[in-house]
Amino acid sequence: MNGFLRALQRNYQQGRISGLLILGLGILIAIVLFGAIGPMFVDAVNAQVGAVRPRMPPGPDYPLGTDSQGRDMWALLIYATPNTLRMGLIAGFIGVGFGTALGLIAGQFGGIVDAVIRVISDALLTVPAIAILVIIAGNIDRMSTVVMALVVASLGWMFTTRTVRAQVLTIREKAYIEVARVNGESQWEILFREIMPNLMPYIIASFVGTVSGSILAVIGLEALGLGALDEMTLGNTIYWSQQSSAVLRGYWWWWGPPIVVIALIFIGLFLTSVGFDRFANPKLARQ
Amino acid sequence: MNNELLRYIASRFAQLMLIVFVAVSINFIIPRLLPGDPVQTALARLQSTGGAQNLDIQAISASYRARYGLDAPLWQQYINYWSDLFTLDLGVSFANFPEQVSTMIGNALPWSVGLLTLATLIAFVTGSLLGARLAWPRSGPVIKSVVPLMMILTSIPFYLLAIILVYLFAVVLKWLPPAGGVDTTRIMRLDWATTEDVLRHALLPCLAIVLGNIGFWALGMRSQMVSVLGEDYITFAEAKGLHPRRIFIWYGMRNALLAQVTALALSLGSVVSGAVLVEVIFNYPGLGSLLYVAIRGQDYFVIQGVVLMLIVSLAVLLFIVDLLYPLLDPRIRR
Amino acid sequence: MATRTSSDPVLVVDKLSVHYQTSKGPAKAVNEVSFSLRPGERLGLIGESGSGKTTMGTALMRLTRPPGRIVSGSIMLDGRDLMTLSAGELREARLRDIALIPQGAMSALNPVMRLEEQMIDAIIAHRPGMRRAELVARVVELLRNVGLAPEVARRYPHELSGGMKQRAAMAIATSLSPKVIIADEPTSALDVVVQRQVMQTLGRLQDGLGAAVVLIGHDMGLIAQFADTVGVMYAGRLVEIGPVRQMIKSPKHPYTKLLVDSLPGIEVKQALTGIPGLPPPLVDLPPGCSFNPRCPFAFDRCRRETPLLLDAGPDQFAACHLYPEHSTLPPIPARVYQEALP
Repeated sequence: MNGFLRALQRNYQQGRISGLLILGLGILIAIVLFGAIGPMFVDAVNAQVGAVRPRMPPGPDYPLGTDSQGRDMWALLIYATPNTLRMGLIAGFIGVGFGTALGLIAGQFGGIVDAVIRVISDALLTVPAIAILVIIAGNIDRMSTVVMALVVASLGWMFTTRTVRAQVLTIREKAYIEVARVNGESQWEILFREIMPNLMPYIIASFVGTVSGSILAVIGLEALGLGALDEMTLGNTIYWSQQSSAVLRGYWWWWGPPIVVIALIFIGLFLTSVGFDRFANPKLARQ
Repeated sequence: MNNELLRYIASRFAQLMLIVFVAVSINFIIPRLLPGDPVQTALARLQSTGGAQNLDIQAISASYRARYGLDAPLWQQYINYWSDLFTLDLGVSFANFPEQVSTMIGNALPWSVGLLTLATLIAFVTGSLLGARLAWPRSGPVIKSVVPLMMILTSIPFYLLAIILVYLFAVVLKWLPPAGGVDTTRIMRLDWATTEDVLRHALLPCLAIVLGNIGFWALGMRSQMVSVLGEDYITFAEAKGLHPRRIFIWYGMRNALLAQVTALALSLGSVVSGAVLVEVIFNYPGLGSLLYVAIRGQDYFVIQGVVLMLIVSLAVLLFIVDLLYPLLDPRIRR
Repeated sequence: MATRTSSDPVLVVDKLSVHYQTSKGPAKAVNEVSFSLRPGERLGLIGESGSGKTTMGTALMRLTRPPGRIVSGSIMLDGRDLMTLSAGELREARLRDIALIPQGAMSALNPVMRLEEQMIDAIIAHRPGMRRAELVARVVELLRNVGLAPEVARRYPHELSGGMKQRAAMAIATSLSPKVIIADEPTSALDVVVQRQVMQTLGRLQDGLGAAVVLIGHDMGLIAQFADTVGVMYAGRLVEIGPVRQMIKSPKHPYTKLLVDSLPGIEVKQALTGIPGLPPPLVDLPPGCSFNPRCPFAFDRCRRETPLLLDAGPDQFAACHLYPEHSTLPPIPARVYQEALP
């Protein structure tokens, strides 16, 4: 533990741990805590339709007011935030896992396998994701947050694949891989013992990016009304506020707080990824 | 024009065709992978939500089955699907029966293309200029203080910015109309009043897209400029005794622009995705709103048609950017 | 311009210091370096990487960029101190009076501009009134001077070979007949045959212009072939300077001696040797003479007192405490060469 702290301190002094990284992680941790601790104090009942008086502006009883279906916005926010984060995390794990696997296969084996993977991922990267996701989501009968995460993950792997493939190709040319090959290590040993550890910074960076992109896509699909409409999520809250013309009718407390939380999630993820770049690539920090 | 350039154009065109092919195939396959007959399912859902009481579901369904040969083998259906596309037959809207989907898309497309092109160009140009200014070594702290703002703007999804903009400028201040493409009473003519009306309605959605994208271009340009300004050719240009402004623009920005245009091509997809939602927020009469209404109304063929159109028009845009790129980078023109 | 015969120095550098600001304090990349250059003289500056020679080259053009900074000293070019010029005057002086052939000539050309435009760019910045036709004619002439065909002007940098790019950079550097040319490792990325040709072209150009040249490099052999005078840099300081033959025949500074010994001999087959040890970090120089930790002769005074560049022979100056007590350098102990063997 002491050694870990000392390593942390040394990295900070070298300017590798930037203020941005700390700020970004701080925001994310605060949001996670909000979703984790909140339910201990606020009852889920108040977040159900018709639980409280509808259309109340923020006041002593309801700190963030109520919507026109009679839900306490504060309670709703507390239960919706972790649901949205969870979809992003699930989609991020699946997308990055799948993307890494494909990138490793493409980079390690090359040839026709590589060509096929590269052409498909490049083509999918240039397509507006929402168009394909609309087709998939629109054809699913029973939507839930987990299914939503899966849908979004289906288009969340290409970036990771590209990055991992490019890195594998670079690392394969390095001298130490040649040494391992001469020493008789097998393809798989080289892949997992020599290449994988060097890929970790890129995989972590891809993960942050994929989680961010997935949450963006989830909220977008939900705002279009393709989400699991009976579950509490930030995107659905936006959808229902749009449905009730909350903007035009001046119910700012309905759409305002979810927007703030969504914005904080994205800012936190953005700062983390910028900060992590500087951590993994100290040359950047010096500029 | 020489061989290498021709080969480049050919490879870009092949990519365009590939994207169109993949998009059409996905559009064809996904609904058919799911159990049941897609038209029947869509119509049944439509009926259950009460959106189509005045339709003779069985008749429409039967006519579709006959026309698209939904009982025929899959490959036959696939060929039919393509031949319908070539004759621009995208089917008929359920909600606005018997209006052709291609007509509806034709009406919506100019709005979307106009809004998106204008907003993307403004965001790209002003963002890149701002980013270059941020990289200027003698920029003062006032300009540098824009950076955090740009970081915040890039990270927020811009359809959420749209909501805030509507509330501020249309609801609270009442300066601009909150929704629509023109006044509902307007008769469209080619005159100043109509133009002004169109622009007034386009201003807020445009602003939302511009604000949502400007940070991306500014930060991208800034980091490109920082790396370009470290290049040897910049030092050499200084050693030639050139004026700093000339070095900055013709040696610095000119080279940083290359990476920006590449990024433009790669980011168009997400810009389109976001713009779809901005249109929904503003009820703007483009493809995004058409898609939204179609989703809510389970209007099966409209959804299919709009999605296809989005993918194809984006692929075409990308192709145009790819064609323009060699004009900027002589290394490809060779 | 006629070759100047006056022996008044055209460039006088006095106690020039360039520091890089780092988190551990200033790195003294150039430390109180002084030398002078007569018109037509060829000075070779030699040193290991990190000895400050490239920093020196850019500083002579006042092109030092943050975190680097010229902290003190003067650069008198033809009687004017570059350090006191305004930004505008400095721009005028660059290329017209003092020109740079950059180290990375491979990447010194703007990739999106035709060579012709890049050459015209340079000329017109100093001769705003010149007409297009004159400019084009001048470009052709300059290209011919460096041995390039006129049609090369219409090409982009990626269409040129390494040697052609280096020649193009020379054509640009000589376009206004400067009085001083600074060539920073102009052949570093070229193969040996092209290296020779490029150095011959540089020599021919220099003869024609009568310009003084500062050739910066790490290859003693290459510099010895080209230069009249050689200056040796170590850890930011000029440790020895003198006529090239004399420096090779009888080096005075122990570091110079080791450098000369590391030259592969043509007649005598000898084992290639290096110099044992590493140059000190520029942020943390040892007290006294910076070379003392690697020096086979270091004694107490070397660890206390920084030696000054003093007379050590006819026209030869060395910064070493062995002089003036000794007249020549004692033989280097054999174990030093042993240690240096790979």
